[in-house]
Amino acid sequence: MTMNKTEIAQKFITMIPHSRALGMELTHVGEGEAHIEMPYDARFVGDPETGVISGGAVSALMDTCCGAAAMSHPSSPAGTATIDLRIDYMRAAQPGQTIRAKAECYHITRSVAFVRATAFDDDDANPVATANGTFTVEAS
Amino acid sequence: MARQKPEPMQVVKQRRDAALNALVQGVPYIQFLGIQFDRRGDELTALLPFDEKLIGNPMLPALHGGVTAAFLETTAVIGLSWASLWEDIEAGKFDAADLSAGHLPRLPKTIDFSVDYLRSGLPRDAYARARVNRSGRRYASVHVEAWQDRREKLFAQATGHFLMPSRDD
Repeated sequence: MTMNKTEIAQKFITMIPHSRALGMELTHVGEGEAHIEMPYDARFVGDPETGVISGGAVSALMDTCCGAAAMSHPSSPAGTATIDLRIDYMRAAQPGQTIRAKAECYHITRSVAFVRATAFDDDDANPVATANGTFTVEAS
Repeated sequence: MARQKPEPMQVVKQRRDAALNALVQGVPYIQFLGIQFDRRGDELTALLPFDEKLIGNPMLPALHGGVTAAFLETTAVIGLSWASLWEDIEAGKFDAADLSAGHLPRLPKTIDFSVDYLRSGLPRDAYARARVNRSGRRYASVHVEAWQDRREKLFAQATGHFLMPSRDD
């Protein structure tokens, strides 16, 4: 009868028009954890000379992944909204490769969820970007 | 001798618009989001026309936080690039035909970007302006503000640091 958190999060992601527009796929959701992939797409290129994906598209991926991690936390009753999100860009993602984001909600209060995330391309040893954000905890 | 006669207005406008178009049209992601730039002299205002695919929360509905971040970051990168190229554009060092043919100036690279979400983005057009607070040879710091209906009622703001493209090419 009742859907569990994983199902709710999964359903929620596919219902977000912008996440769908960017081709995002939720590959894992745990208690306060989420993994989302975004396949390479020429429409999302930010640097036409090199074919590197735009920082803006990576931001959208990070925001979605962090939001999903916040919502999937056992202490989070319902939806969430971003309060603040900071992204550090370590290097350019390899053109042609899928970008995979992993987010973790490492602390939550009645009002605020604290989340961090890392994004990789095919090279697992060198992150493309990291993010740190705070999200609202909405009453159910 | 008296001062030089100013250039005809159309020549000046054409040169500035060609440079701005070349900068904006060349980036696929700007086209994907549908961002446009309105120019008044050297001042740029970014416009994000509303579209269904920009929605993040279909229940409210509200703009996706990622869209807001991307809109602000695009405004910052183009605003910074535009400001740093302005002198060259004015000096006529940019050949418009060459620019439109795809020989674009390299864009600044984002080092970090921090977005402050002040209120949820409504399902309608959004606007943004960037202010370059510091622009050195290698690094720059840019602040961006975004609003929808009222200029003074921001729905998001952001600060970012950027690595400037090397200018020896």
